[in-house]
Amino acid sequence: MPVAEAQALGVFDNRVINERLPEAALETLQMVGFSSLFTLFLGLPLGLLLHTSSPTGLRPSFLAHRTLGLVVNVGRSLPFLILLIAVIPFTRFVVGTNIGPEAAIVPLTLGAAPFFARLVESAAREVNPDTVEAAVVMGASRVQVVAKVLVPESLPSIISGFTTTVVTIVSYSAMAGSVGGGGLGYLAVSYGYNRFQTDVMVVTVIVLVALVQIIQLTGDVAARRLDHR
Amino acid sequence: MISVTDLRKVYRARSGEVAALDGIDLNVAVGEIHGVVGRSGAGKSTLVRCLTAVERPTSGSVRIDGRELTSLRETERRRARRCIGMVFQHVNLLDNRTAAANVAFPLELAGVRRAARRARTAELLELVGLADRARAYPAQLSGGQRQRVGIARALATDPAVLLCDEPTSALDVTTTGQILRLIKDVRDRLGVTVLLITHESAVVREVCDSVTLLRDGRVAEQGDLASVLTHQGSRLARDLLPIRPPDQPGPYVVLEVSFAGEHPVDSGEHRASLAFAQLVRHLDADVAVLGGAVETYGAQQFGRLRIGLPPTASVSDATAFLRARGLTVELLTEPTATADAPSPTKEITKAAAGEEAAGGGAGR
Repeated sequence: MPVAEAQALGVFDNRVINERLPEAALETLQMVGFSSLFTLFLGLPLGLLLHTSSPTGLRPSFLAHRTLGLVVNVGRSLPFLILLIAVIPFTRFVVGTNIGPEAAIVPLTLGAAPFFARLVESAAREVNPDTVEAAVVMGASRVQVVAKVLVPESLPSIISGFTTTVVTIVSYSAMAGSVGGGGLGYLAVSYGYNRFQTDVMVVTVIVLVALVQIIQLTGDVAARRLDHR
Repeated sequence: MISVTDLRKVYRARSGEVAALDGIDLNVAVGEIHGVVGRSGAGKSTLVRCLTAVERPTSGSVRIDGRELTSLRETERRRARRCIGMVFQHVNLLDNRTAAANVAFPLELAGVRRAARRARTAELLELVGLADRARAYPAQLSGGQRQRVGIARALATDPAVLLCDEPTSALDVTTTGQILRLIKDVRDRLGVTVLLITHESAVVREVCDSVTLLRDGRVAEQGDLASVLTHQGSRLARDLLPIRPPDQPGPYVVLEVSFAGEHPVDSGEHRASLAFAQLVRHLDADVAVLGGAVETYGAQQFGRLRIGLPPTASVSDATAFLRARGLTVELLTEPTATADAPSPTKEITKAAAGEEAAGGGAGR
């Protein structure tokens, strides 16, 4: 852990780094962690519905497919900074405030879930249609096909997609932080940029890079472990 | 066990309606292995889809184990499907499940408890000879092993009927033989009824008791193997017992003789060769053997022989003589007539004309 090491060695004589950085890193972890969790719960079913309602899916529905597709596309087409501001009333309604890490979870989830849904859809599309039909012929219901075939068979791809999504959430969280969400993004902007404390900026960047590396590595290992193709 | 009556399936295409199945009748008795052969586009796949109730037929009836499939609702159809074991061409195992978990899959779908599942899975893997590969993933198994897992999976719910859709088409010759023997073994041990769809006629002679030849969505030939193979002008016999046409047409009137019999007690070959010896004496003419194929399938022996009579011999006499000895005789006047001879009607007119000419020759 670069932060702990740096403190122990006393490399930094900047109090911002020694005192505020651990706290900010924790806030970022909190934002990213909860947003990722909610994104998973929201995006996975959304992506599976997108796939099953598609013309080649288990239960084709033109209306459902188009409606879901539209919702997802709107979510994806808004630049995150704009989404962040646009959903402030909703955030205030859900969390009670629009400042702080808890408040940032709402726009982060709303921004990442459609992205993840698309990745889930394409992962599910990769499952061999013959395998799906075989399950149907063996007497599987639609729910069973989704739970026992589509998800398990595309799990490695879904995990890869989720990893990409979490990394995106990390970068979004820095943006959310800079407009009042707290965390590493706030630290970097308010100290590193506005107060010209370059060392704060550098350390923040290092911490973020390390965080992304850890996430990516974990995701890659998990995907590889679960892939038996 | 399987009973299909006047089954029709019409697809709407841009150019109008296309009948994939045009009045199919099919009956398979309990414990029988029935082959359905046909080229691609003959309607085999549509037939399978109707038998598994994936596709609703346009009209007609499909009964499996006494249950009418065409009128079932979705949930009932799902339950009915669990009574049919299905073996697929590309096996379609779940890649992220072990062999054992794949075999257990239909049991999971049917809501069988874990302990019972485990016991049944072990039993089935033992049956197909893969007990030691239970924990292997499909990617770690060979093509033949994968199909064995597929067969074990199809048998998991103890189905009365096993539908095999081109089970060996993706396999090499040796593995094909092993898989076919396994299917036969399974039938002998468990008494399941097997419907085997294939485009390879060789598969039919390996395991089938009876056979249906589909052409353009219709039944072209049907019956037990012996009767189909000895039927005059049988397409299937030509496929299964091919005779290469002679390089040079000789000065013969050519007869094609088909025979079938139990082997080895009442050997068809024996009966046929005896008949030929008698024929030579009867006609007092030299009879030439131009080509032939004799094979033993199971306990039955089948053969086709092409023999040439000298132009002086009486063809009608020879034909009657052989027919009286239980052989099927077909007249091909030209020695050049190949295995891909034109339609039966044409052959009959040709045969009649040949008979006249030959008869006249003998009279002179």
